[in-house]
Amino acid sequence: MIAIIDYRAGNQTSVRRALDCLKIPSLVTGDPQVLREAEGIIFPGVGAAGQAMEHLNKTGLANEIRALIQDKRPFLGICLGCQIMLDFSQENAVATLGILPGQTKRFEPDILDCEKRPIRIPHMGWNEVKTIKPTVLWEGIGAKDQFYFVHSYYPEPQPRLTIGLTEHGLEFTSFFGYDGLWAVQFHPEKSGPPGLRILQNFYDYCRGRGYAQ
Amino acid sequence: MLSKRIIPCLDVRDGLLTKGVKFQENLDLGDPVEAARRYYLEGADEIVFYDITASAEGRGIFLKVVEKVAEAIFIPFSVGGGLSTVAQMREVLLAGAEKVSLNSAAVKNPALISEAAAAFGSQAVVLGLDARQVTGPGCPSGYEVVINGGRTPTGLDALAWAQKAETLGIGEICLNSIDADGTQDGYELTVTGLISRAVSVPVIASGGAGSPEHLYDALSLAGASAVLVASIVHYRTYSLKELKGYLKSRGCPVRPVV
Repeated sequence: MIAIIDYRAGNQTSVRRALDCLKIPSLVTGDPQVLREAEGIIFPGVGAAGQAMEHLNKTGLANEIRALIQDKRPFLGICLGCQIMLDFSQENAVATLGILPGQTKRFEPDILDCEKRPIRIPHMGWNEVKTIKPTVLWEGIGAKDQFYFVHSYYPEPQPRLTIGLTEHGLEFTSFFGYDGLWAVQFHPEKSGPPGLRILQNFYDYCRGRGYAQ
Repeated sequence: MLSKRIIPCLDVRDGLLTKGVKFQENLDLGDPVEAARRYYLEGADEIVFYDITASAEGRGIFLKVVEKVAEAIFIPFSVGGGLSTVAQMREVLLAGAEKVSLNSAAVKNPALISEAAAAFGSQAVVLGLDARQVTGPGCPSGYEVVINGGRTPTGLDALAWAQKAETLGIGEICLNSIDADGTQDGYELTVTGLISRAVSVPVIASGGAGSPEHLYDALSLAGASAVLVASIVHYRTYSLKELKGYLKSRGCPVRPVV
């Protein structure tokens, strides 16, 4: 079973529907006991970093998540759930979970795109992810596949953690982490067939890790 | 590089499409869920639903449609039409839509935009802006906002309203030209360019698409981030694949159709 962390930040149900379509058992939950029993954990999220951190700290979920990652539980952070794995976010100038070194920065409106026009903020729509390292999460994904993004802030982890890059006026890290702890800025649950493939790959990885109850 | 989006728009009344959508086998579909699913598989980048239901009962049916769409497609979709309270928007988003589109209600009560953005985040709130060309000192941009489906002039300058809505927290603008709507003569490039240059949020051009060149003009010349398409795809004048193939051949970045 995959646990989808419910921390009052939006799109848990989209992720659940995508897993349902793949016939992957899942539960949307904020209960630490259920999280501990999961084979893998998806940390979704849209919304603001400040509010999300307040909820995670207040409910104790922040420490729970740190402990599960310490315990090498397979973990996938999506969008806001990817950004707040880092140390700090410029959005609401808030300290985030600090599981991976790095920070979340704002797209500045004076950056120009390839047509020499100011970039649009939010970065909203379909874009490529150029991977620079192999990972099982990306199995079956083609170089031309695109993914759906919607965000005004972007992650900047320590460069050694970067797995994939995306261009929006500047090149930013849209995919980072290491095997078993992945963070993606795009929304696999809204990225059509290649997005669903990533969720399937994540589940297959989880099945092989032996946390099954 | 960010792709330009092509977004089919489906009008729904009492849970059914107001106009049937033709697919490959010349099948006319009246079911919005099935039509959305087909467009999803054919490479739509996003889908917009406009609910033109008048009755409360019809609205309930529409929410069921939204839920079924959310189970059938794995790309973003937005919902507009008559939304006037945060509670109504929450219903639609909980049913599975990514975005809600506000139009007349936001003109009458601009605070609705900031309330919606605070509740759901700017990324979930689209401004539907219906504009028509006017002359006179009231609207210095030369374009006026019209509401109630294009029937009621407001005296509000379209450019000023777009900028104000951005300040209030809108995440995207869907700009529909009442003059071009239904003509199939092309998008209204002047107003699209004007508003597109004046805001930093993405602008979706709407109204007037009749040929692949029209899409190119709105995206490349006028600088729109996306185009709304209706008749041109519903009547199968062009498939999404053909439209994207054309844009790509002109150097416009699009998400390839598999």
